[in-house]
Amino acid sequence: MASGTELTSNSYLQHHLQNLVLGKLPEGYERAGGHIVEHSSWTFAHSPQEALDMGFWSLNVDTMGWSIFLGMIFCFFFYRVAKKVESGAPSGFANLIEMTVEFVNKNVNDIMTVKNPLIGPLALTIFIWITLMNTMDIVPVDLLPLIAQFVTGNEHLYFKVVPTTDPNITFGLSLGVFILIIYYSIKMKGVGGFIGELAFQPFGKYMIPFNLILEGIGLLAKPVSLALRLFGNLYAGELIFLLIATLIGSALPYFIGTIFGGALQFVWAVFHILIILLQAFVFMMLTIVYLAMAHEHH
Amino acid sequence: MNFNATLIGQLVTFAIFVWFTMKFVWPMLLKQMEERETRIADGLAAAEQGQKDFAEAQEKSSAEINKGKEQAATIIAQAQKRHDEIVDEAKDDAKAESDRIKENALSEIEQEKEKARQELRNQVAALAIAGAEQILMKEVDQAAHNEVLAKISQQL
Repeated sequence: MASGTELTSNSYLQHHLQNLVLGKLPEGYERAGGHIVEHSSWTFAHSPQEALDMGFWSLNVDTMGWSIFLGMIFCFFFYRVAKKVESGAPSGFANLIEMTVEFVNKNVNDIMTVKNPLIGPLALTIFIWITLMNTMDIVPVDLLPLIAQFVTGNEHLYFKVVPTTDPNITFGLSLGVFILIIYYSIKMKGVGGFIGELAFQPFGKYMIPFNLILEGIGLLAKPVSLALRLFGNLYAGELIFLLIATLIGSALPYFIGTIFGGALQFVWAVFHILIILLQAFVFMMLTIVYLAMAHEHH
Repeated sequence: MNFNATLIGQLVTFAIFVWFTMKFVWPMLLKQMEERETRIADGLAAAEQGQKDFAEAQEKSSAEINKGKEQAATIIAQAQKRHDEIVDEAKDDAKAESDRIKENALSEIEQEKEKARQELRNQVAALAIAGAEQILMKEVDQAAHNEVLAKISQQL
């Protein structure tokens, strides 16, 4: 493979894996083009390094935007069905939504020993929202970025469309779950009960430091594993789509790369449907299980 | 993996969507589904009840029909019996009537016979007297011979 092609596919990958970041650059910062920022101002990052230098108070406009948009789609359609008083048999779409609700409700009721009106809506939101966000992976990798570049007129625009390939999004979700785990642990068992659970298990009161380390890791592992599992699966899936996409434009004789790459994209997309649903399901189930554990006394 | 405010943004968005679902979506959908479930169960029960009622009605009607048939049969049998009785009665009556008529006729005939015989007797007696007069060529004293004549007419 020629070095030029390598560089192209490398920059192609890097470009696709960079979020569109809105943030504040400090005064005197030298931008990617050599331009020096005179006044500290809010702007979009032009390179991964710039995005990094914007620090914590910057926003991934693309993934955040898609996340909110997809969440609103979820709310809109479910609200429309929920609002409509169906007298007779439900129509096709309402049926699909009711099937989903029934499925989630059944899982919640099977796992939860304590009734909690929050868990059902929470599980439903997680399941549908993550499914929708994951489904963005099926959209051809270059389609939406190209449209965005065309619309804005900026051909170097960063644009990631799959929110769950952004760790900020997955950790945002798992952090919410983590807060609920701690909230319900303390609500159901009291502060003492919660700390006692951390301190006196599994080896009794003479091993408190060891217990604390063990249980603390176990507790922290919940949100981290939730977020990383989802992120890892989707990020890897996205990366494979991108790698196959580079094959299409590779040094192979033109039509071989295109046909082979196109076929591989299709095969991977079909396989990816499984991952999309499975990861959304796993996230939901683990959320329910963790919250059920938070409600129970050990 | 650089973390930034998107994390907080997602956390807040998450909370808002969960709140929305909890407030406006989940309870309504569950309620709706429960209502439909009960309605379907009611409908099925009603259908079953209707079927049961129908079967009962069918049974009842067939029993009624059987009863009617039986009644009709008894009525027909009774009618048959009555018919036979009437026929028998009529036969008896007719026979009695015919017997009576026959008897009457017979007695009449007897009377007529008796009358005819009496007449004949008288005529024979007169003839006999006339014959005897002819033979004797003289008047027979009827009074004197009445006894004889009576005797003869008695023998006739």
